[in-house]
Amino acid sequence: MSTASPTGHVHAASRVPFWRAVGIVAQREIMVNLRSKAYLISAAIVLLGALAAVIFSSVGPQLFQSTTTVAVVAQTEQAVSSLPDTEVTVVDDADEARDLVAAEEVDAAVLPGDGPSGILVIGEREAPEGLIGALSLSPEVELLDPSAPNPGILYLISLGFGLVFMMASMSFGYGIAGSVVEEKQTRIVEILLASVPAKALLAGKIIGNSLLAFVQIALIAAVVLIGGAVTDNSVIVDGLGTPIAWFVLLFTVGFVLMASLFAAAAAMVSRSEDLGSTTTPIMMLVMLPYFAIIFFNSNPVALQIMSYVPFSAPVAVPMRAYLGAMEWWEGLLSFGIVLAATALVVTFAGRVYERSLLRTGKPVKLREALR
Amino acid sequence: MIQLRGIDRTFGTTQVLHDVSFDIHPGRMTGFVGANGAGKTTTMRILLGVLEPSAGTVEVDGAPMSADYRARIGYMPEERGLYPKMPIDDQLVYLARLHGLDAKLARRRALDLLERLGLGDRHHDTLESLSLGNQQRAQIAAALVHDPAALVLDEPFSGLDPMAVEVTLEVLRDVARTGAPVLFSSHQLDVVERLCDELVIIGDGRVRAAGTREDIRAAHTSPEWRLVTTGDAGWVRDAVGVEVVDLAGGEVRFTATDEAAADRVLSQAVERGGVRAFSPVTRPLTEIFQEVVR
Repeated sequence: MSTASPTGHVHAASRVPFWRAVGIVAQREIMVNLRSKAYLISAAIVLLGALAAVIFSSVGPQLFQSTTTVAVVAQTEQAVSSLPDTEVTVVDDADEARDLVAAEEVDAAVLPGDGPSGILVIGEREAPEGLIGALSLSPEVELLDPSAPNPGILYLISLGFGLVFMMASMSFGYGIAGSVVEEKQTRIVEILLASVPAKALLAGKIIGNSLLAFVQIALIAAVVLIGGAVTDNSVIVDGLGTPIAWFVLLFTVGFVLMASLFAAAAAMVSRSEDLGSTTTPIMMLVMLPYFAIIFFNSNPVALQIMSYVPFSAPVAVPMRAYLGAMEWWEGLLSFGIVLAATALVVTFAGRVYERSLLRTGKPVKLREALR
Repeated sequence: MIQLRGIDRTFGTTQVLHDVSFDIHPGRMTGFVGANGAGKTTTMRILLGVLEPSAGTVEVDGAPMSADYRARIGYMPEERGLYPKMPIDDQLVYLARLHGLDAKLARRRALDLLERLGLGDRHHDTLESLSLGNQQRAQIAAALVHDPAALVLDEPFSGLDPMAVEVTLEVLRDVARTGAPVLFSSHQLDVVERLCDELVIIGDGRVRAAGTREDIRAAHTSPEWRLVTTGDAGWVRDAVGVEVVDLAGGEVRFTATDEAAADRVLSQAVERGGVRAFSPVTRPLTEIFQEVVR
């Protein structure tokens, strides 16, 4: 132990300006995440998942296409060989054709028959529906809107937006909540508050985590769009560019809203074990849009309502954009609503955060925090 | 000099501080003593601006304490607080930067300080990987890293082994020697009595006594003497200017109006013969403390 003075002449001239403090806090939030293996691994898994989804949606359909092998005799060869996705094996007689079906060397056989169609289809256990359909006489069909979205694809896209929204809100929301309650639980918050205002702490946390969330969402968007272009995925290339742009825009603002709610909720408890008691309502708010978008992915009225509700707008607006059911100004209106709601919620959350931060013991009641 | 003037604080309907006023002099160690719940931590939080007072002001040399001055106070809360999973040097740099040091200077000071506190080779370990004693040292470093103009420490010695108490003490004295006011709270009166230049005793949210040890003793005791003789000392009762506090056979404790009266008792005792002991009685602060907080 030396006896030298611990205080040299390095006095900081004055209190740190508000936004500089915000920057320092945000920087720490980001560094802590980037140094955490759990964060990096889960971020990588999400990106790989997005990439896998893109590749699967491009290549997947081909995996399920299969050709039907059909044994025919000379009389039926012509009727079958013109059908799509069929591979024809010409045999000498009906018995040989039956043997091939029984030995499972072909899927079916087509022979001349006595019925009105003049054709007999042989299967092993069940009737080969595809083949029968192809051989049947179909009525003519006129499609009024041949480019209307396929419900299966709609479902997948809504699932994608809903899932990304929910997972990003939850993981970063819980990240913020954990960081707030850690500071409260270890009481370092007292040291921090002695040097910077509570609002600077809150702003730094929200900005730091929002930046991380934004980067992650932007990366996912880039993976989907670039992956779609590379694999020449028509669903992505033709229809998803604009919806994804809306999603990134609205999610970024909407995330700030969620993040401030999580921070305020976390400030109300003293121990991480109690987090559930105040964050559960917010979890509901995060999960509702996810379920709603899956149920209502093709219901224009429901989507319109959802696009004007701040919590669900980030998923509803991109969906409407994909369906082409939205004017551009409607998207901007939704954006305005989310922005206004976020400003309101941040003010409210700031009050709760500031007033709950030094209270310890039982979770703070909302009424007490706002009084 | 930091001055607290007429601080009141109310939580809900409970008033926990009543007109708290005292001074913290530069270059002196001021002990802040009180039972649990007496208002020490609340007072310190108000001093640091972490809490607002309901009434009253915190001043520095007569003017309200500025935010700039406040940012230069080093603070150690009672419930120790640092990030468990963050390397200690990074935490110190973070805190120093929040206090206004630039990143480079912050790192240099953090490393110097850890070296000085014997944590040089552990500087990049996480807090939770350190022993309790070393965590405490890191905590002290956190209060000092921004080169504080004043120190406020809530129970800095509680839970410390005697070695760590000495290390902490040495550091605090060094800071005081640079002319910084140092305030620390404690409920260990013996520690406070040994270390402090000045003392503030608080009870039920009110300052019960404040000043140097000697001032407080003088204010709360009339001078007492103790005399031990081989014979019965009952005769002291009849001495002029003297009042007996306690008498048991040859041993007597008495107060006197002045030194001369006490001296007369001694000469009488010598005349009677068999004096074994004669001395002024110093009341231990613990006793005064018990009395003033009651």
